[in-house]
Amino acid sequence: MQLYLPIAEVSVNAFLILGLGGIVGFLSGMFGVGGGFLITPLLFFIGVPPAVAVATGANQVVASSVSGVLAQLRRKGVDFTMGGVLLAGGIVGSMLGVWIFGVMTRLGQIDLFVQLCYVIFLGLIGAMMFQESLRSLLRSRKPGGPPIRRSHVHSWAHGLPFKMKFRASGLYISVIPPVLIGATVGVLSAVMGVGGGFILVPAMIYLLGMPTKVVIGTSLFQIIFVSGFTTVMHAVNSQTVDMMLALILILGGVVGAQIGTRVGVRLKAEQLRIMLSLLVMAVSIRIAVDLLVRPSELYSVAVVLP
Amino acid sequence: MIRALALLLALALPAAAQEVIVAGMSQNRVSITADFDGSEILIYGAVKRNAPAPEGGPLEVIVTVEGPSSPVAVRRKDRVAGIWINNASVRVDSAPSFYAVATTGPLDHILSDVDNLRYGITIERMIRAIGIADEADNADEFVQALLRVRTEEGRYRVLEGKVELTEDILFRTDVILPANLTEGEYKVRLFLLRDQRVIASQERVIGVRKEGLERFIFNLAQEQPLAYGLLSLALAALAGWGASAAFRLIRA
Repeated sequence: MQLYLPIAEVSVNAFLILGLGGIVGFLSGMFGVGGGFLITPLLFFIGVPPAVAVATGANQVVASSVSGVLAQLRRKGVDFTMGGVLLAGGIVGSMLGVWIFGVMTRLGQIDLFVQLCYVIFLGLIGAMMFQESLRSLLRSRKPGGPPIRRSHVHSWAHGLPFKMKFRASGLYISVIPPVLIGATVGVLSAVMGVGGGFILVPAMIYLLGMPTKVVIGTSLFQIIFVSGFTTVMHAVNSQTVDMMLALILILGGVVGAQIGTRVGVRLKAEQLRIMLSLLVMAVSIRIAVDLLVRPSELYSVAVVLP
Repeated sequence: MIRALALLLALALPAAAQEVIVAGMSQNRVSITADFDGSEILIYGAVKRNAPAPEGGPLEVIVTVEGPSSPVAVRRKDRVAGIWINNASVRVDSAPSFYAVATTGPLDHILSDVDNLRYGITIERMIRAIGIADEADNADEFVQALLRVRTEEGRYRVLEGKVELTEDILFRTDVILPANLTEGEYKVRLFLLRDQRVIASQERVIGVRKEGLERFIFNLAQEQPLAYGLLSLALAALAGWGASAAFRLIRA
């Protein structure tokens, strides 16, 4: 069934979009990620203009994050204080990101900029995750079990001013690192149309030293508001949020996510992380190939405002 | 004086015996609704004469359909530091978002350059690119690229020989409007030609508009962007909550 998207102004197959949402939802449910990093490039591939794909991707992330955070709330897995601090940075970052997005669009380099962000960030995170999970998989096979991780590591982050107590995380640290992390994720959310969980989660564990049980919930909490803010900013600044596209993606996504969650619990954490890291790297490589291989049509046409 | 009058009459007479177009279209508005997947428009007509057909070359017909124009940027990718990025760019003042030319025969056979220039019939004539030579070394390549890209997108079409002419009186052609249509007024022009010269022309307009839900969503996004953004959010949050609640019910 062909469906004309009112904002993207292209006609797409509704079942294809539903299917894309479903597959990405399945993967995101299985791995516990938002899936924005998959949705946005997939929308590029089927011909949705990049600006619409990024803005609509942010809208879709809101839905999957709300679905996820409700489950985490019941398990008391959300540190609201930390979430609030991250969010403060995130809002500033998102505003900066939307501004960069506008400048790049006017320069005609938005496609390149978004693609480069994908290649660099997904490539880095994917490689790091792969290395880390491979190591822990090998370690778990050796007798003696995994080494004990110290729960409280003193790092450079403890020497900074503006310290605050984060009760749910059991931390007493400066607010500067979380604000900076939040801001970085905010920029990426606006530019790449992603939630940023794939950066936020490792940053919370390794840079802030937060306990794993509150990491996913808190990251989802911050992602809801930052992606929500990004969605509204894109809607106001460039009118690029396609409600119809978002709703179909979400519809497929929420069903896929619930099924993915069931499959996910049957797999080992290390296996899941290795699979996720391979997926992330595959997306990064696929986009890199586009940049490296000579395109069949060197010219492109864009309508400019008079 | 009388001689001058006779000359004037002689000049005016062919005009009186002129052939005129009586034209019609299968529809004069196109609605872009949710299931819009392109549209086919039948453009037909007849040649009305109040005298026998004049001597001279055979009658030819050209039909053009022109979508709203806008300035465009044509960009060329170049390899910079190993990756392909948009490098040189040329701004074209005005290019139609859609243009189709349907004819009874090959354009360079039935239409003279002079009349093409005068009436602006071929696609090349519709692209206004004044002063682009200053913007890039080989500006003409950019215009060629614009034609090529838009032809590939189905936006520009040359349909030579696709106008059926019966008994030098009735003609008809089908023009397919693609799914990636831009809203606005689409100008339809019909030309009658003999000996490569335009002897009659006629204009019609097709209105292309988003309708129903498409109209509502598009207008809301344009006119109330904040409300639209918030509504998108509310819908997303509702869908997320609904899914989680529904599956909890199923599990319970």
